[in-house]
Order: sequence, then structure tokens, then C-alpha cells
Amino acid sequence: MAQVDAAFLRRWLGRVSEAVGREAGRLTELDSAIGDADHGHNLRRGFDAVAAGLENEPPATPGAVLAFAGRTLISTVGGAAGPLYGTLLRRAGKALGEEREVPDERLGEALRTGVDAVGQLGGAKAGDKTMLDALLPAVAALPDYAAAAQAAREGAEATVALRARKGRASYLGERSEGHMDPGAASSALLFAALAEVAAGE
Amino acid sequence: MSDTPLVGLVLVSHSREVAESVARLARGLAGGGVLAPVEPAGGTPDGGLGTSSEAIVAAARRADGGAGVAVIADLGSAVLTVQALLAEHAENAENSEHAENSEHAENAELPRDTRLVDAPFLEGAVAALVTASTGAGLDAVAAAAGEAYAFRKA
Repeated sequence: MAQVDAAFLRRWLGRVSEAVGREAGRLTELDSAIGDADHGHNLRRGFDAVAAGLENEPPATPGAVLAFAGRTLISTVGGAAGPLYGTLLRRAGKALGEEREVPDERLGEALRTGVDAVGQLGGAKAGDKTMLDALLPAVAALPDYAAAAQAAREGAEATVALRARKGRASYLGERSEGHMDPGAASSALLFAALAEVAAGE
Repeated sequence: MSDTPLVGLVLVSHSREVAESVARLARGLAGGGVLAPVEPAGGTPDGGLGTSSEAIVAAARRADGGAGVAVIADLGSAVLTVQALLAEHAENAENSEHAENSEHAENAELPRDTRLVDAPFLEGAVAALVTASTGAGLDAVAAAAGEAYAFRKA
């Protein structure tokens, strides 16, 4: 299997920043249906700060790249996505340790650890119509990046039919049905970007 | 500054106005005498609705007199942001040999004994401030704030 280094993860997060910038309007629109209409713009602010920081002072190890990105998201997003994605990346970064290169499988394990931490922080489970509905199937498919991107996309699509059980959308009850969860939609972008960067290697 | 440090209180809300108003209300209802520090951390840096981790850390550092800091948050991202900051704080304390992090630690770190208290925002703030102002420790302040959940209104 291939090795993952800091440059690979910097390319990933740079591509996420581009995708979130491109899709911010759609994410905020999804969030205005069942949330508080800030998801896309909050995430764009966060990932812009991640991309800028990685460019100015590129960390040398994969673990440090993810830990930096996680800390930055926690401090810049301003909505629930900040601590959730921030915890995912920070915990994944910690799990990667200080090696300069890790095999794909190790990145997969680290991201699974990060997603578990998201579940603990938010208290959500699969089927609650949250980002976990995209994240859990995605990390289960790693280290196959293309399969992970597809699983995340399908997981996000499947949230349309679900009733929200966490967050502000849960107050809507059955009126939350029929809309894609914005967090699941942005999670699908994360894994689509990972697959694109991996395919370009 | 009194001789014995008092537990400080931080109120984290999505709204700057709510955090400031609840802090003012708690001070008003806590009565005369020496009051424990209570610091609002509300809204985003641009004044919008949301949560600012910088504002939370800064408020906690202002509220810290050495006896610990009790944080009460309203909902959603306010709660999650405090929890994420505390998790990071605990890990950094665990492996404090991380030399590159100690630089950040100077101004980006929560005070040592910072605790997120499970309490209703307004009632918990009043209960916590009254209790903290008596010189009670962090455990007692947290318990008093949490007990505010039990005051039935109907």
C-alpha cells in the first residue's frame, strides 16, 4: 500500500477548502431548511484558515497537519461543525503520532479514531441524521479512498429520509424529513476531496 | 482581591447580549458583598450568533483567581466548543513534554481547573455565582448550578 506524508494531507485539506468554498452556498441552503443557515459560511471560514495556516507554516508530519487543522477549526468555525470536525482531525492527528510517513491503513485507523471521538462528543449514533451518517460508512471503507468517498456520498443522500435526533434540527421532528443533513453533506465533500487527491498520486 | 480566591464563572452563549445580560442579572440577584468573578463569552468575534473559542478561553483566564473556573454554556456549539477545548486541554496536560505546544499554551489555554458544569444557563448562573461568592469550592459551585435543574416551575 501507498504511504501518506504531510504533503498529501496538506493537499487534501487544501482541496477541502476549495470544495467548501465552492459549495458554501449549497451547504448553507441545506442548513437553512433544518438548521440555522450558517453551515457553509462557517465551514468556509474554518477551512480557509486551515489552508492559509498550512501554506504559511507547513507542519512536517501527517499527525501535525491534522492536529493543526483540528485546532484551527475549533477556533475559527463558530458553529457546532467547528468542535466536531476539529475533534475528528485533532484526534486523528494525535493517533498518527510523529512519524513522517504512514501507510494508508494507519490513516484509515486514525480517521476511525477521530470519527469515534465525534460520536462521543456529540452523543449521536448512526441514523440520527448527522454527519456521522456519512462519516461512519466512509471510514469503514478506508483505506479504499474511492469507496470511502462513495460511501460518504451515499450516507449523506440517505439522511434525506431520516428524522433528526440531534442538534437544532431535532426540534423540527418529522419536519426534518425530506432534507439532506448539512453536516453529512459537508462530510461527503471531505471524503470526495480525499479520493481526488489519492487518485492524483 | 480577597485573601481567599473565589471560583470564577464563565457564561458561554450563542449571543453576546444574552451572555452579558445573564452575567448582569446574576450579579444583581447575587446581592451585595464580595462577588465571585463572572465573565460573559457570547457570540462570534464579529458580533454574530455563534461560539468563539478565543472568547471562551479569554473569559476563563479573566475569571480565574486560582480556585478554578466553572463554565456554563447555553446549547449546541457552545457546549461542544467548551467540551472540545477541555479535551484538548486535558491531553496537553497529559503530555506536557510537547515543547511546540507550550508556546500556544501561553494565551490559548484554559486555566488549569476549568470545568464545564451541567446546568440550566440562567438559573445555573445565578446559583453558581451565589455559591461561588460564599467562597465555596468548584465541586460545590458545580453542584449548586446543577441543582437548578430541579427547581420545578409548574
